[in-house]
Amino acid sequence: MQRIGVFVCHCGSNIAATVDVKKVVEMVLLEPGVVHAEDYQYMCSEAGQAKIGAAIADKKLTGIVVCSCSPRMHEATFRKCAERYGLNPYMVEIANIREHCSWIHKDMQEATEKAVILARAAIAKVNLNAPLQAGESRVTKRALVIGGGIAGIQTALDIADAGYEVDIVEKTPSIGGRMSQLDKTFPTLDCSACILTPKMVDAAGHPNINIYTYSEVEKVSGFVGDFTVDIRKKARSVDATKCTGCGVCQEKCPSKKTPSEFNRGLGNRSAIYTPFAQAIPNVPVIDREACLKFKTGKCGVCEKVCQAGAIDYAQQDEIITEKYGAIVVATGFDTIKLDQYDEYAYNQSKDVITSLELERIMNAAGPTKGHLERLSDGKAPKEIVFVQCVGSRCSDDRGKPYCSKICCMYTAKHAMLIRDKYPDVNVTVFYIDVRTPGKNFDEFYRRAVEEYGVNYIKGQVGKVAPQPDGSLLVQASDLLDNKQIKMKADMVVLATAIEPNQGVRNIATMLTASIDTNNFLTEAHPKLRPVESPTAGVFLSGVCQGPKDIPETVAQAGAAAVKVIGLLAKDKLTTNPCTAKPDELLCNGCGNCAKVCPYGAITYEVRQVNDHGIREDRRLANVNSALCQGCGACTVTCPSGAMDLQGFSNRQLIAEVDAICR
Amino acid sequence: MQELKNRAIELLENGTVARVLGWKIGENTYDPEPAFFDSVEAMKDFVYNNFCAANLSKYMIEASKLEGKTLVCLKPCDSYSFNQLVSDHRVDREKAYIIGVGCKGKLSIEQIKKSGVKGILSVTDSDPIQVETLYGNKELPYTAGMLSRCFSCKGKEHVVYDELIGESAETSTVDRFDEVRRIEAMTPEEKFAFFQAELSKCIRCNACRNVCPACNCRKCVFDGNKFDSAQKANVDSFEEKMFHIIRAFHVAGRCTDCGECSRVCPQGIPLHLFNRKFIKDINTLYGEYQAGADPEAKGPLTSFTTEDAEPSIVSKGGIV
Repeated sequence: MQRIGVFVCHCGSNIAATVDVKKVVEMVLLEPGVVHAEDYQYMCSEAGQAKIGAAIADKKLTGIVVCSCSPRMHEATFRKCAERYGLNPYMVEIANIREHCSWIHKDMQEATEKAVILARAAIAKVNLNAPLQAGESRVTKRALVIGGGIAGIQTALDIADAGYEVDIVEKTPSIGGRMSQLDKTFPTLDCSACILTPKMVDAAGHPNINIYTYSEVEKVSGFVGDFTVDIRKKARSVDATKCTGCGVCQEKCPSKKTPSEFNRGLGNRSAIYTPFAQAIPNVPVIDREACLKFKTGKCGVCEKVCQAGAIDYAQQDEIITEKYGAIVVATGFDTIKLDQYDEYAYNQSKDVITSLELERIMNAAGPTKGHLERLSDGKAPKEIVFVQCVGSRCSDDRGKPYCSKICCMYTAKHAMLIRDKYPDVNVTVFYIDVRTPGKNFDEFYRRAVEEYGVNYIKGQVGKVAPQPDGSLLVQASDLLDNKQIKMKADMVVLATAIEPNQGVRNIATMLTASIDTNNFLTEAHPKLRPVESPTAGVFLSGVCQGPKDIPETVAQAGAAAVKVIGLLAKDKLTTNPCTAKPDELLCNGCGNCAKVCPYGAITYEVRQVNDHGIREDRRLANVNSALCQGCGACTVTCPSGAMDLQGFSNRQLIAEVDAICR
Repeated sequence: MQELKNRAIELLENGTVARVLGWKIGENTYDPEPAFFDSVEAMKDFVYNNFCAANLSKYMIEASKLEGKTLVCLKPCDSYSFNQLVSDHRVDREKAYIIGVGCKGKLSIEQIKKSGVKGILSVTDSDPIQVETLYGNKELPYTAGMLSRCFSCKGKEHVVYDELIGESAETSTVDRFDEVRRIEAMTPEEKFAFFQAELSKCIRCNACRNVCPACNCRKCVFDGNKFDSAQKANVDSFEEKMFHIIRAFHVAGRCTDCGECSRVCPQGIPLHLFNRKFIKDINTLYGEYQAGADPEAKGPLTSFTTEDAEPSIVSKGGIV
């Protein structure tokens, strides 16, 4: 029989205001095995932990239950505390009477009853707990960064500067990401390329950084400290070791009708291409879908003109397998599709564009060489309407429920730049709210209104109708003047909502990292662990975790790097002893547990067993506890209940349920 | 039948197999029972007629532990169960010499009784069925005595065999999911009432569990003391609320829909409906899947692809 101590925390008034903690103490003393119970204002404080220590010594406790906040908050704290006072840390259970109880109830009587029930479940479990010993695992001192935008580049640079090797895997032919497509950046209006390209060059030249562009992560196995990753290096059809980046192949390529991804489809590129002039690496790829040599077998112009002999039509995809200690996801974002927003006529008129398309138009290297012109007829627009919150803060299924965060600022930037360069152009911005928190952000927006005379109207645009004369009729409401507006515009710019990049779901699945309903990766704790995924060894950088601007992205990238460095600096990690363990007399040898194990921790072997006097050779499951991460998938798959998770055995879980249902 | 018997004797005699797993003649035509025959002498009681409905594949678990090969007679639908047992590593393919026996739909005396025939003295397994009763002779069409499972036959092809003896015919006339759809259309209250009424008939004789080829655990969770489930089994209404539902979950993805559970239930509970609901959902969520069709196949419930259904379907009220 265990000797259990129960410690009920007030959490200041967080728990005590809703749960009668004295009553909980009184009730738990009636439970089997409980020899001690007390309450205290802050159990996690030094004084609170000392009380636990004193009780362990005085009452010779063999197990403890702490009724407090979520185990995600303080389980580790109390385990360490128990260990300090001579108790096995796995003899500690937490009854979450804060998040699961006091915070969600108003009625004290109800909340108290529930707190007692939750404590009872934890006591029932501790009664069946057994001491567990943690093992150790090694750390591979190399990091993988998935995504080569500003988030990935910054994270990689920071990790590499600390002396660890980093690989960047980038899907497109060049690093640079979304930021490389931008013209100027708010609120300082410095040129995006001017601040990004030096970082790209730094990354490419860093002795500790290895960049795989035109590559994708294909398979991830292993766990924190010891991931094994397969990277598919797609065939570039160009030998990077020979190519000099002279660009002649791109000039001479006869297939020049493919919409340029980099220019958001506003201009065309050749079949052999680098996405932009400052691309890193400056090695083109052949788009085999567009290339005449691949499509028809005839052509081969690039091969003929290449002085370096770098063209290699026979190149194959290559799979690189590498080990990593930590993985950073920096997969970034894209703008949402506007197919469901017919009212803005995006698909009907070339003169209705997204803000990211406007970035390309404003950019000197863009499809219009930086001249502001209508894409339909090349004329200079005189009246431009900006529509904010297109798909952001949307209450229906067409858009996103969240604020995309960056649109207010870039719209103010666009409006200001246009008014500055083309003072004769009228600029009107329709908005729901203008949100400009951030250093020098509101000042920036005020400048757009006050110094540059941008016309801000509070109200949403209901319809954009292309007119026979080529103009656009904009119908909108002015909520402050309470009137309907009909105005003609030459160009309409939509501040389109952003969403996590396509493919992030796939990556999250491979990493077993959780994602929310909007496909943003979930952080381990929204406030206290914002750059870590709940999956150990996986870190988050940039917009894949939530909308953010460049300074925030860079800050988060640095924070993720620090977490990675902290991990890679360790030689050994303590492993979780809550691993699976099969009961050899119940094991059928069916193999289903091995099929569902995401870590490849289960193998089968034929062993002799003595089943109550019957000796026979049986095919039995074997768990490699160094590989097992304690996910429990095997335990629920096993039909005979042979597989158990130590510390979370079927028997313990059933005891908890029984205690709750009593 | 004679061809099958002769061949079995030949294989016994020439030492290819150490025993034969087939059916032994009963008191009447309609009650043959599964049996092992380990000598030519014993083979005199061997029978294979249209009442030989029992699926013999599960007996191969014990036979796999014996010395030498066992000749096992499998009907087309039984061969799926055999394959599933191979993929569960409970049966050793190398220990079996499979004769795929012909099947044109199996008869059941219960089914004949259900068609209203009383005072049965003897029946034939012929088409049409000749029934001798206390009240005179009767003739019944073959389908009047056929097991309900045979009306949604999986087909006349064996998925595994060493040799084939006898003709098979496809007897399928109905969609096996029709009954499931009828229940899916019920309100939750109606569904609960339906299953409670059916399952409350259960006497926990465990016939369904013992006959089921997917229920092949060395020790059933309901018999163990590991989870105190034995004492929970004493709770009133356990059968209604837990046993059959847990059993259905345990065989999900491995059930080949052989229909033995419903065939052997002395209380006539349509137990196969649970399994069919699972099969229908698996088909809807993961694409058509027939357990046992391919012993190498990774079952949809024990494999993972990124195209798998998302858990959000649960919050949307599941699938109908």
